[in-house]
Amino acid sequence: MSLQILFDALSLGGIYAIAALGIALIFGVMKLVNFAHGQFIACSVFALILPSADAVAVLGLGALPAGLLIPAILLFGAGLAVLAEAFVFRPLRNASPVALMVASFALGILLQNLLLVTYGGRPKAISLWPELGQPVRLLSAEIPLLQLFVIGAVGVILAGLALMLKRTRIGLEMRAAAEDFGMARLLGVRANRVISGAFALSGALAAVVALVLVAQTGVADVRMGGQIMLVAFIATVMGGMGSLPGAVAAGLALGAVSALLQAFLPPEARPFRDAFLYGLVILVLLFRPQGLFASASAKPRV
Amino acid sequence: MSPQPTTPHQIRRRMAATTPVLLALLLLAFVLAATLLGDRATARMAAETLIRVTLVVGFWIFAGNSGVISFGHAAFACLGAYTSAWLTLQPAMKTLLLPGLPGFLAQAHWPVLPAALAAGLLAAALALISGAAILRLSGIAASIATFAFLAMVNTIWANWTPVTGGTSSVVGLARYVSPWVALGWAVAAILAAALHAASASGLALRASREDEVAAAASGIDRYRHRLLAYTVSAFFCGVGGALMGHFIGVINPDSFYLSLTFLMLAMLVMGGIGSLSGAVVGVLAVSLAVEALVRLEKGVTLGTTTFALPPGSQEILIALAMILVLVFRPAGLLAGREIMLPARWVTGRGTSNQ
Repeated sequence: MSLQILFDALSLGGIYAIAALGIALIFGVMKLVNFAHGQFIACSVFALILPSADAVAVLGLGALPAGLLIPAILLFGAGLAVLAEAFVFRPLRNASPVALMVASFALGILLQNLLLVTYGGRPKAISLWPELGQPVRLLSAEIPLLQLFVIGAVGVILAGLALMLKRTRIGLEMRAAAEDFGMARLLGVRANRVISGAFALSGALAAVVALVLVAQTGVADVRMGGQIMLVAFIATVMGGMGSLPGAVAAGLALGAVSALLQAFLPPEARPFRDAFLYGLVILVLLFRPQGLFASASAKPRV
Repeated sequence: MSPQPTTPHQIRRRMAATTPVLLALLLLAFVLAATLLGDRATARMAAETLIRVTLVVGFWIFAGNSGVISFGHAAFACLGAYTSAWLTLQPAMKTLLLPGLPGFLAQAHWPVLPAALAAGLLAAALALISGAAILRLSGIAASIATFAFLAMVNTIWANWTPVTGGTSSVVGLARYVSPWVALGWAVAAILAAALHAASASGLALRASREDEVAAAASGIDRYRHRLLAYTVSAFFCGVGGALMGHFIGVINPDSFYLSLTFLMLAMLVMGGIGSLSGAVVGVLAVSLAVEALVRLEKGVTLGTTTFALPPGSQEILIALAMILVLVFRPAGLLAGREIMLPARWVTGRGTSNQ
């Protein structure tokens, strides 16, 4: 039982952490709270299937073998995010964070309705990698194979990202840009390259979340990115806006709390799990309004 | 007649006082034009537009003065709509639809006006409680927290079936909202917004919007002024929600979620968040555009061919327009200016300069 909760917490928290990273990366370099992130996730889900309004989806890209499918979807997510940057956020480069946020909200609604027009509003059944649903015995718990894959993949992604940020030139530039964008540009960091890079990474992370969601739920729904995006937002606020390790830690913590609530709330209160989660978060913020890991640049300087 | 204003400050204050009057006259002209010249459908469109004026002006009281975008105001409209439904529905209807209501609510059969006031007050009370937590955060983080608040209210409303009816709709609300009722509330909202904006608290809040640190250094307690504006703002959003419910006659939690939030935000941003007139003009402009799009979605016949936009294109076009406005005219249609009488007119003299 308790081992089961641990695995639930790790896989859920891992996904939250990946989604939160996608938001924190962009916030770090251009102070944009990306309300379109949930729709990047939803678009990556729908990229798997052919456009139609039928209830059962016909796999398009999704019919490829996993070795091709995963890179293709990651590329799709990255491409979508880069396009969004080029057409919507680049003209707004010098706008205030509030205007950027409102624009991203509008972009999210735009993408959502484009999906509605092309695919219809009904949720669709997709079976992607159904063999991953099989349970595996591990010590005293029955774990779905998918959960193990998710936990493994999250570990690999986090390690890879950490290495990239610490060891490569673009990673160094991203960290410099997150610290002080103006200064970084003066020292020869190319703004467009860094920002496009951050968006590409963020889009690819959204695609990862999309693959996991589809494999888990077996459904493609226009609204499916919304809930996870909200949790990811909360994770970035709790982690201290713009702090990448903070976002990951808070994402994992939210996953753990969510799994615990699911396990220990009385059954009639379970539908309200997310409401409890959001309420808890508001309570935490009452005591630490700057977040758990506030970065130095979060405070206004005079 | 009060004495002639002499200092530039007095003249400006008097000019500012003409803004709500002019806006009320603009709305009056709009209703008159729609009811006298148009058919029933036009009158309904006018009522709907004026309900949106109530909502968006309520929203502006907080967002415009504080500079903090709130995504949570649709939640206040939701609470307002359900409060009015709880208070005004036939008791027999309520035992059928909402069996979990506490005794006094199940028995209540209030007239519509006290119910609308109660809707606003309850929304304001919820704002006072939630704002006490949310508004301690800085700007962007507070926006995200209001989004969490919206999702929280939506989750509760969609699942608390015995009291809210869950995701199935509550039906049978008295459809009393004519264009004139909506006009009354819209004008009330505009007056309240103008009074609040001209008050010391409104001024202090705008100071903290312009420069947080300088305002704090001048002794402005940003949190207190934000909380006041948030509460007043929620009152009108609660009333607006109640009006929405009594306009359509059917409510469900999803009509007070993301699409309403988006519509309110789009109207405010396109009109210009910097001024009250911007909020009102934004509602009028977007509502007229939406009306045109709805008619296009139904199809327009030109000669023998019918042109129709695919359903859903309405939101796509509004979202596109909103992004274009943000890029090319970031301050909105009115760019932060108020509609007011020129100085010459308010001083009653030929010249205004001292």
